[in-house]
Amino acid sequence: MDSILFLIPVSIIFLTIAVIALIWNIKSGQFDDMETPAHKILFDDDEELMPDDAKPLKNTTSSENKDKQ
Amino acid sequence: MQDTSCYHCGEPVPANVDISSEIDQESRSFCCIGCQAVALTISGAGLENYYQFRTANAEQATDLSDQQEKYALYDEPSVQQKFCSYEDDTAAATLLIKGITCAACVWLIEKHLEKIEGIEDVRVNLSTHRASITWNTNALKLSDIFFAIDAIGYHAEPWKANRAAQQQQKESHTALIRLGIAGIGMMQVMMMANALYFGYYTGIDKSYEAFIRWASLFLSTPVVLYSAYPFFNAAIRDLKTKHLTMDVPVSIAIALAYSSSIWATFNGTGEVYFDSVCMFTFFLLLGRYFEMKVRHQNSQVSNDLIGLMPNSTLVYSEGEYRVTPTEQIKVGDKVLVKAGHTIPSDAKVINGTADVDESALTGEYLPVRKTEGDSVMGGTVCLDHPIEIEITTVGHQNTLSLVVELMNKAESSKPRIARIADTIASRFVAAVLITAITVWGSWMLIDPDKAFWIALSVLVVTCPCALSLATPTAITAATSSLKRSGLVITSTHVLESLPTTTDVLFDKTGTLTEGKLSIAEIVTPSGLTHEEALALAAQLEAASEHPIGRAFPSTTQPAQQVEVTPGGGLSGDIEGQTLFIGHSAFIEDKTQVTQVTLPDQDNWVVLANNHEVLAFFKVEDTLRADAQQALHTLHQQQLDVHMLTGDRSQNAQLIANELDIKHVHSGLTPQGKLDHLAELHTQHKRTLMIGDGINDIPVLASAGISIAMNEATDLAKTKSDMILMNGQLSAINKAFDIARQCRKIIKQNLSWALVYNLIALPLAATGYIPPWAAAIGMSASSLVVVLNALRLRKI
Repeated sequence: MDSILFLIPVSIIFLTIAVIALIWNIKSGQFDDMETPAHKILFDDDEELMPDDAKPLKNTTSSENKDKQ
Repeated sequence: MQDTSCYHCGEPVPANVDISSEIDQESRSFCCIGCQAVALTISGAGLENYYQFRTANAEQATDLSDQQEKYALYDEPSVQQKFCSYEDDTAAATLLIKGITCAACVWLIEKHLEKIEGIEDVRVNLSTHRASITWNTNALKLSDIFFAIDAIGYHAEPWKANRAAQQQQKESHTALIRLGIAGIGMMQVMMMANALYFGYYTGIDKSYEAFIRWASLFLSTPVVLYSAYPFFNAAIRDLKTKHLTMDVPVSIAIALAYSSSIWATFNGTGEVYFDSVCMFTFFLLLGRYFEMKVRHQNSQVSNDLIGLMPNSTLVYSEGEYRVTPTEQIKVGDKVLVKAGHTIPSDAKVINGTADVDESALTGEYLPVRKTEGDSVMGGTVCLDHPIEIEITTVGHQNTLSLVVELMNKAESSKPRIARIADTIASRFVAAVLITAITVWGSWMLIDPDKAFWIALSVLVVTCPCALSLATPTAITAATSSLKRSGLVITSTHVLESLPTTTDVLFDKTGTLTEGKLSIAEIVTPSGLTHEEALALAAQLEAASEHPIGRAFPSTTQPAQQVEVTPGGGLSGDIEGQTLFIGHSAFIEDKTQVTQVTLPDQDNWVVLANNHEVLAFFKVEDTLRADAQQALHTLHQQQLDVHMLTGDRSQNAQLIANELDIKHVHSGLTPQGKLDHLAELHTQHKRTLMIGDGINDIPVLASAGISIAMNEATDLAKTKSDMILMNGQLSAINKAFDIARQCRKIIKQNLSWALVYNLIALPLAATGYIPPWAAAIGMSASSLVVVLNALRLRKI
């Protein structure tokens, strides 16, 4: 049981760090926009980063069609 | 065949329009050249993914090619300094972007701007529609950024946080920090409280108990001193002004529970209530936080409307017309007003003839022809032909300023609305305080040892938490529900007072009607089919800025050699034949047809070739699609519907008949509208005014509740309690439903809070509820209130 005499103060130190981090987060405006980042991550706009053979099927088929024309 | 809705904006493509382009390897059709241009820009920049990402259609693109001058104004240092900040070679500005409909818009704007050379950083906020842009001043002009945003179908305006907005952001940050500290503190202290409760049942060493108590004291101190500070502050203010609110018992409960726990910790006896204190603070702050968020959102709407930018005007000086901010014009200045531009101030026409749209000031839906010597009013729009004017009045003598002055006077006569919760709260608080003192006094006589703890549990159990959450939660939920149906609330009293409305007043032009002309009927004496006649007229009118011209569908094959006769009509060549379109007098004048017999007395446009009349088009300001149904529902709810319009023509009565409106007042000046409203107010009627024009502003400011249409002038919007974003009048019916439901839920919540207190109070007063149980009961009752309010979101 004596361990709590050590662990509780340690947890309080961690807590203080968490609170300081939170205050910094809020003041630097990271909580000002709660909507946009949630949507942003869903856009698949990294096509140029993919290797050619791993690209989605849709593009290859439609360019094939175009070739036939 | 392609689908018949526009690929860009989703509007149906008119039957005789054939505009298409290949985008993303498929042929897409568009409703107008504007949308096509935007879509081509988007795909040209390799951003066609936008069309896959988006969850809502874009707004129809408008042709903004004549914005050049206005944007050039943004490059002038004196103008730019108002909203930009500079650091070495880079400048930063915040722009308000209009036309953002979904998250994909944010993606599109960011990607598009990032590709421009000179742009260093772009961040667009989806909820506030603001873009923060940083750019290199050597590589890029600010006006280019505005053009780039226009090119993809949005419209940007400079934005700068005014003092209110800055203060709001600070307030919001502080509130979030207080809430965060209370939340973290609450969780930790609860954990410690668990240990103490278990210790209470299974036995705990005194020294460990004391240690945990000290730790709890340490953790809850910032919660009480920092997070709960607003309650203490408000309570002291309340006691000074002798106006009791919830803050008084809240502060007393927190202060007593906290100080008694400190006393218990120091002396190693009694009970500690640090957990109750923290939980209490956290829940109350949470309710306040939500309330604040709604308040900020509402005021943000009106903040955004206050235009930072003066409109530009072309003023004649030193031999040429120069772009000048409108606020700098003086009496006697010669000003050139181009077609489609707004006349900056009251003036006299000195050169040229044009049709002027005065509907915003007079409510008349047909343009008025102005020629040399005629006076024109500031705020009206020159439609079809450039005119030179000489400014006769500026500032306070302006017709527009007079309306604003009228509005300022009218505003003070707005009926006051008592808020339900406020009145109940102050009585309730007084009752609780008296009860707590009585209980304490009685227990002092029975058992002085228990007196303090029982009085404390009375204060905690009657926690006005539920009571203070009852209204804000319901209003928050109802506001977001209304927003989804297209109504944005700018002042919260609306929801409480809307259900008591007795009289609904409508403006006509632009409110009950679309405010733009459309073709109601086609008569073809010549044997052409209606479609053929319409196609010919559309080709002639393709380039026309005139509202009558816009009534015709757009086309890709405009007529050749189009010639405009201001205030008359136009002529042009189609397949080698010269055709004329315009008023009957214009046709009689230009062609060999000597006598044009119109089908009836209404407003007809005549299409003719040199020898005979080909077709008649009846142009009308059409009713909004759902006006009929919306008005019907209002009638059913026993509301008195009035129509107040500045229009003097027959048209007012016709529309009133069609909509079954009994009280029609036409030809009213802004003062006349106001008088009519004042008369209703003297009869103790509760009024709801819906309008859009400048002439409606005083009435909107003075009516019990006011709704401005989205197309309304910014001033009208700032003076209104609600803004109807989508132009669907049926949203008003919905607002009534939601407001009634909201009122019902507020009442349910208040009665639940009172009933709960009535049951809990005697139990606490007789000593059956220990303070920790009181804290749980308090949280549970708050939860019920919040869940009940959330039902409003489902409407």
